[in-house]
Amino acid sequence: MIPELGHFALILALCLALVQAGFGLAGAFWRREDWMAVTRPAVAGHFVFVALAFGCLVASFVANDFSLHYVAMNSNSALPTFYRVAAVWGAHEGSLLLWIVVLAAWTLAVAIFSRGLPTPFGARVLAVLGLISAGFMTFTLATSNPFLRLMPAAADGNDLNPLLQDFALAIHPPILYTGYVGLAVAFSFAIAAMLEGRLDQHWARWTRPWTTVAWMFLTIGIALGSWWAYYELGWGGWWFWDPVENASFMPWLIATALIHSLAVTEKRGLFKSWTLLLAILGFSLSLLGTFLVRSGVLTSVHAFATDPARGLFVLIFLFLSIGGALALYAWRAPKLGSSSGFEMWSRESFLLFNNILLVVAAGLILFGTLYPIFVEWLQLPKVSIGAPWFTWAFLAPMLPLIALLGFGMHAAWKHARMAQHKKPLLIGLGLALLAAIVIAVAVFGSAAVLTIVGLTAGLWLLYSSLRDPIARMRRGHSLSPSVLGMAIAHFGVGLFVIGVTGVESYKIQKDMPMRPGDVAEVGGYQFAFRGLRNVNGPNYVAVEGEFRVTRGDREIATLHPQKRMYRVQQGAMTEAGISVGWTRDLFVALGEDLGAGAWSVRVQYKPLIRYIWLGALIMALGGIVATTDRRYRTVKASEPVSQGAGAPAGGVAT
Amino acid sequence: MKRLLATLALAVVCAGAFTAHAIDAVEGFDDPKLQARYDKLTSELRCLVCQSGSIAESNALLAADLRREVRSMLAAGKTDDEIRRFMTDRYGDFVLYRPPFAPRTWLLWFGPALFLLLGGFVAFRVVSRRAAMVASDADDPGAPDAMIEGEQVDRPRRTRAP
Amino acid sequence: MWKYVLPLAGFGLLVVAFYFGLQRNPSVIPSPLIGKPAPVFSLPNLHDPQAQVSNANYRGRPYLLNVWGTWCVGCRQEHDLLNEIAQSSPVPMIGLNWKDDSELAKAWLEQLGNPYAATAVDQEGRVAIDWGVYGAPETFLVSADGQILHKHVAPLTREIWERDFVPKISAAIGIPAPAAAGAQP
Repeated sequence: MIPELGHFALILALCLALVQAGFGLAGAFWRREDWMAVTRPAVAGHFVFVALAFGCLVASFVANDFSLHYVAMNSNSALPTFYRVAAVWGAHEGSLLLWIVVLAAWTLAVAIFSRGLPTPFGARVLAVLGLISAGFMTFTLATSNPFLRLMPAAADGNDLNPLLQDFALAIHPPILYTGYVGLAVAFSFAIAAMLEGRLDQHWARWTRPWTTVAWMFLTIGIALGSWWAYYELGWGGWWFWDPVENASFMPWLIATALIHSLAVTEKRGLFKSWTLLLAILGFSLSLLGTFLVRSGVLTSVHAFATDPARGLFVLIFLFLSIGGALALYAWRAPKLGSSSGFEMWSRESFLLFNNILLVVAAGLILFGTLYPIFVEWLQLPKVSIGAPWFTWAFLAPMLPLIALLGFGMHAAWKHARMAQHKKPLLIGLGLALLAAIVIAVAVFGSAAVLTIVGLTAGLWLLYSSLRDPIARMRRGHSLSPSVLGMAIAHFGVGLFVIGVTGVESYKIQKDMPMRPGDVAEVGGYQFAFRGLRNVNGPNYVAVEGEFRVTRGDREIATLHPQKRMYRVQQGAMTEAGISVGWTRDLFVALGEDLGAGAWSVRVQYKPLIRYIWLGALIMALGGIVATTDRRYRTVKASEPVSQGAGAPAGGVAT
Repeated sequence: MKRLLATLALAVVCAGAFTAHAIDAVEGFDDPKLQARYDKLTSELRCLVCQSGSIAESNALLAADLRREVRSMLAAGKTDDEIRRFMTDRYGDFVLYRPPFAPRTWLLWFGPALFLLLGGFVAFRVVSRRAAMVASDADDPGAPDAMIEGEQVDRPRRTRAP
Repeated sequence: MWKYVLPLAGFGLLVVAFYFGLQRNPSVIPSPLIGKPAPVFSLPNLHDPQAQVSNANYRGRPYLLNVWGTWCVGCRQEHDLLNEIAQSSPVPMIGLNWKDDSELAKAWLEQLGNPYAATAVDQEGRVAIDWGVYGAPETFLVSADGQILHKHVAPLTREIWERDFVPKISAAIGIPAPAAAGAQP
C-alpha cells in the first residue's frame, strides 16, 4: 500500500512539475500575471508530493518491506535502522529519487527566498527547475522505478553493500547531491536571463549566494568522500582520479570559477558571457556526472548498475538540456557587451587568470577522463589513464594559480595598486620559504623540490589570506562578511596545500607478517602487536587486533583494527585502527590470517593528512560566512538596472 | 540482463574483496630502493579484475599474483621497463596507469601544455583589450579607483547614529 | 561571433562520443596475444597429479583452452555448452583449473560432466598470467602451429561460439564453415 502511495505521489509530482514549467514559461512569455502566479503553488505541491514519495520509500526500508524489489536488493532485517535509511540511496533507483527530492527542496527554497525577483524572471527560473525535475522524474518512472514489487516477496534482503555501512558514506550522497543539484539554481538563473535577453549586475548579485551555498555543500561532500575512502578502504589513499571522482570534482572547479566570475560581474558588470557560460557548464558537468555513473560508459568503483538502455535515456536528456542551454548561449551571449576596462594588473585580471586556470584544470580532467573513449572510437589499442597523468595534468594549472592567489587577494579593482603590498608579500614569501625548508629538513629529514614549493605556497597563502583582515581590524575598520569569508576560504586553501604536500612527500607504508609480541617500527613510532580477539557485531563477526603505539618511551595510543565478515553478503571488510593527531595520522590495518598465529599487517605513517579535509571544511566555512553578507539578504526588483555601463560598485552595494 | 547480473556479481566480488589481500604477507625488501621501486610499480599497474584500482591496493587474488611476479622480477634484477613490458605483453597498454608515450597519446601528454597555451592566449587577448579601454573609459565617471569588495579602502568604521 | 558556438560544437562532439561509448563494454580488455605464439606450459594433471599436461603435446592440431574454477559463477553458466561442444566439435578442449581446490574441481567435473581432453592445474597462477588471463571464464582458440587465434572473456554462449569460434576452427582445420552449427552433412 505504502509503495503504491509513493509511486502515485511521484506521478502527481511529475504532473505538478510540468504545470510549474509550462505556466512559468508561457506566463513569462505572454506576460500573463495569473499564469505566472501558478508557479509558486505548483512548486510547493511538487515538493510535498516528492517528499511524500521519498518518505514512502524510507518507510518501506525501515519496515523491512521485502516485497519491494529495491528494498530486497539493498537491505536486510539485521541491518541497523540508520543504515536502512541510508540504504534508500544505496543504489541507482533510490539515489535518483534522492536527486529529485533535493532538487525539489532547492526549488522550494528559491521560491521562498526570491519573492523580490521581477515576476517574469522568477517564473522562468522556477520553470526551468521544473523542467529539469520533470526530466529526472520521467527517467525514474520509466526506467528506474524504486517502487516495483517483487512477486513473490523475498523472505529477507540482500543486505546493503558493507562498504556503504558507514556513517560518513551514508551522509556523503545527500550532502554531495545538495551541492550538485544546487548548481541547477545558477543554471536556471542563467537560462532565465538568456530567455529574457538581459543580464546585469543585479542578476549576478541574485545568483551569487545560491551558487556559494551549493559550492559549499559540494566542497563538504567531496571532502567526506575522500576522508571516507582513506579510513575505510584499508590502505590509506585519499584520491584516486577515479572517473566518478573526477565527475564530482569538475563541477567543483567550475563552481569555484563561477563564484569568482560572479564577483566581477556583480562589482563591475564585466565577464558577463564568461559568467553565463560557467553557470551553464557547472550544472552541465553535474548532469554529465550523473550520466557517467549510470550508463556503463566508463568502469568505476562508484558506478551504479550499468545499463546502456538507461544510459541512452540520460544521454538524450543531456543532449536536450545542455544542448539547449548552449544553443541559447550561442544566440544571446554575443549581445552581452561591456565597455569598461581594467589594467593588466588589477583585481579583474587576477580573477580572469584564476578562472582561466580553473577552467583549464577542469578541462584537462574531462579530457583525461574521456580520452580512452576517443582512443577506442578510433579503434586504436586501449589505453588507461590514471593518477600519474592526472596528477601531472592537475598540477600544471594549479601551481601558477596558487602563486597568483597570494598576490591576487590584495589587488584592487581596475588598477591593482600593488605597490603597497609588494614588499610585505615578498617578505612573507621569503619567510614561508625559510619555514618550509626548516620543516622539510629538520622535521622530516628530506626536501624534494616539489615538497618545498608546496609547503612554501601553503604557508604563504596562510599569511596572505590573513593579512588584509588583520590590517583592517587594526585600523578600526568594520570587517564585512564578504571580506572575512574570502579570507577564511583562502586560508582553507593554504591548509589544504600544506596537507597534500606533507602527506604525499613524507608518507611511509610497510606491509609485513606479524605475530602477537612483534613490534613494527614506522616513521619513528613503534607498533606492538598485543593480540587478537573475536567480536560480534549486529550483522557481522570480526577479528580484532590490539596494537600499542609508542614513540620512544612515550605512550601514544592503542589501536583496534578489525577484519569483519558480514554475514549476508559474505564479504570481508577491513576497519583500520587510526590514531589522529595534529601533525600526523598513524594507521594500522589487518590483512590475512597467515596461520600459526601470524597475520599480514599494514602500518602507515601519514603526516599532515588531516589538513586536507580541515582545509576543505574551512573553505566551506568561508563560503557560509560570505553568504551572510547583508547585501544578499534583500532582493529589490525595483533597483535601477544599468547594462554595460560600469556602475559604481559602491553605489550598488549599500 | 545477463550483463547486469555479471556486473552485479563483479560488484559483489570487488566490494567483498575490499579487505585484506592488498596487504602482502611477506616482509618488504631490505633494500629501500627496491622497496620504493616495488611500491611505485605496483601503484601504477591497474588491477584488471575490478579495473578501478592498482594492484597495490586491490584485494583480488590476481592482483596478489601480479605483485608476486613484480617482486620476483625485481629480486631477479629486472629493470622497471622490463617489468612493465612483461605486463603489457600479456595485458596490453591498458594495464598501465601511466599511459605510454606513443602517437596515439601524444595529444594526451602534450594536453596540459596545449590547454595552458590556449588559456594564456585568451587571457592575453582579454587583458590587452581591456587595458586599452582604460584610457578611453568615458562612461565610468563615478567609479572610485581602489576598491575592494565594495568598501573604500580607508573608510573608518561607521558609528551608530545616536 | 563564431566563438560563442564553440561550446555547443564541443558538446555535440561529446554526445557523439558518448553514443559510441554506450555501444561497447568498457571492461573488456582486448588481448595483445592474438596472433602471437601461445605460451607453452607443463602443469600437473588434475586427475593424476604425478603426470603433466602440456600444450606442447597438441602441436600440429588446433585446440581450445578454457580457463575455469569452481568458485566462478560464469563457468557454471557455460559448462553445459562446453559439454555439448566437446561432443560435437572436432577440436579438443584443454581445461586450465585456475587457483582452485583440486578436490572440489574433480567433484565438480564428475557431477557436471567433463568436456576436457585433459585438465591442467594452475595453482600459482603463473601460467594464467602468461596467457593474459584476468577473469574466469576465458576461452582461447590456438592454431595447429601454436598461434593464438581468438580469445573470449566471459561465459561462452551458443551465439558467440557460432559467430566467433566455428568459422575460425573451420579455417584452421581446412574445411568450409558449416552454414549453421550442428548441421549434419
